Amino acid sequence: MDDPPKMTDAEAAEFRRRQKGRNIAMLLVLIGLSALFFAITIVKMAHR
Amino acid sequence: MSLVVFSGLIGLLVAPGHLNPVLAFTAVLCIAVAAGACGAINMWYDRDIDAIMRRTRNRPIPAGRIEPGAALAYGIILAVGAVLVMGLSVNFVAAGVLALSIAFYVFVYTIWLKRRTPQNIVIGGAAGAFPPVIGWAAVTGSVDLIPLVLFAIIFIWTPPHFWSLALFANDDYRRAGVPMLPVVAGPNETRRQIVIYTLFLMPLSLAPWLLGFAGPVYAVAASVLGVGFLVSAWRVATDRKDATGTSLTNDAPARAAFKFSIAYLFILFAALAVDHFVGRFA
Repeated sequence: MDDPPKMTDAEAAEFRRRQKGRNIAMLLVLIGLSALFFAITIVKMAHR
Repeated sequence: MSLVVFSGLIGLLVAPGHLNPVLAFTAVLCIAVAAGACGAINMWYDRDIDAIMRRTRNRPIPAGRIEPGAALAYGIILAVGAVLVMGLSVNFVAAGVLALSIAFYVFVYTIWLKRRTPQNIVIGGAAGAFPPVIGWAAVTGSVDLIPLVLFAIIFIWTPPHFWSLALFANDDYRRAGVPMLPVVAGPNETRRQIVIYTLFLMPLSLAPWLLGFAGPVYAVAASVLGVGFLVSAWRVATDRKDATGTSLTNDAPARAAFKFSIAYLFILFAALAVDHFVGRFA
C-alpha cells in the first residue's frame, strides 16, 4: 500500500494553522453552548 | 437566511405575552441553526447541479472544501439539535413547527419538487414562510390566525422574489435542468406570473391591519411598499425584449425587482414590529 503523499513544511504549517483555527472556533462554540444551557437552566428553575 | 431569522424574530416580538429574553434568544438561535441545517442538507443533495450553476459552483461542496458526507452529517446534527433545544427549552409546539419546516424544506422542496415542477418554489416557498409562526408559537405555545397571515404573506411573496432571480439566472437553471418557470414556460409567462402574484400580495399584506392586529404605521408602510413592489413587477413585465421574450437589458428590471423584494419583506416586517411597539407605548 502506498504511503500518503508527504506535506511540504509550508503545507504542514498551513494545515496546523487551519487546524488551530478550527479548534479555537470549536472551543468558543462549546463555551457558548455551555453558557446558554446554564442560563436556560437558571431561567427554567426560576419559573418553577 | 437573514430574512428567515428576521421574520422569526418579528413573529416572536409581536406575539401576545412574554418570553424570557434568554429563551427568546434561544428560540431565534434555534431558527437560525435550523435554517443553516436546511442549507447544509440542501447543498449535500444538490451538489451535482450546484457544480453546474455559476451562482452556486463556489459553495463548499462543489468547490471541494467540504466532503458531501460531512455536510450531510453536519446538517442532520444541527437540525436534530435545533428541534431538541427548542422543545426542551422553549416549548414543543414551536419545536414541532420548526421540525415541520425543516422536513418541508428538505423532503418536499429539495428532494421532491425542485427538480420536478415549475411549482417548486410556489409550494416549496412554504418552508421559508414558517419562521414567524415558529416565533409566535415560541411565545404563546400555539398557532393562531395572525401568524398564519404572516405565513401567507411570505408564501405569496416567494414566487415573485424567486422568479425575478430565475429570469436573470435562466441559463444556469436551464443548464442544470432545474424546471424553474422561465425554463419551462418562458420569460414572458414568468413576467406575467410575477405581476399576478404581486397583485395578490398587496391586499394580503394589509390583512394584519384589516384584522385589527396592526395599526396605521403598518398600514402606510404596507401600502407604500406594495405600490413599490407593483411598480417593480410592472417594470419586469414591460422590460424591452426580443421576439422570444429574452431581455434586451440584461434583465435589469428583474435584478432590481429581486433586490426590492428583499428590502420589501425586511421593511414590511420591521414596520409590523415598530407599529406593535408604537401601539403599546402610545
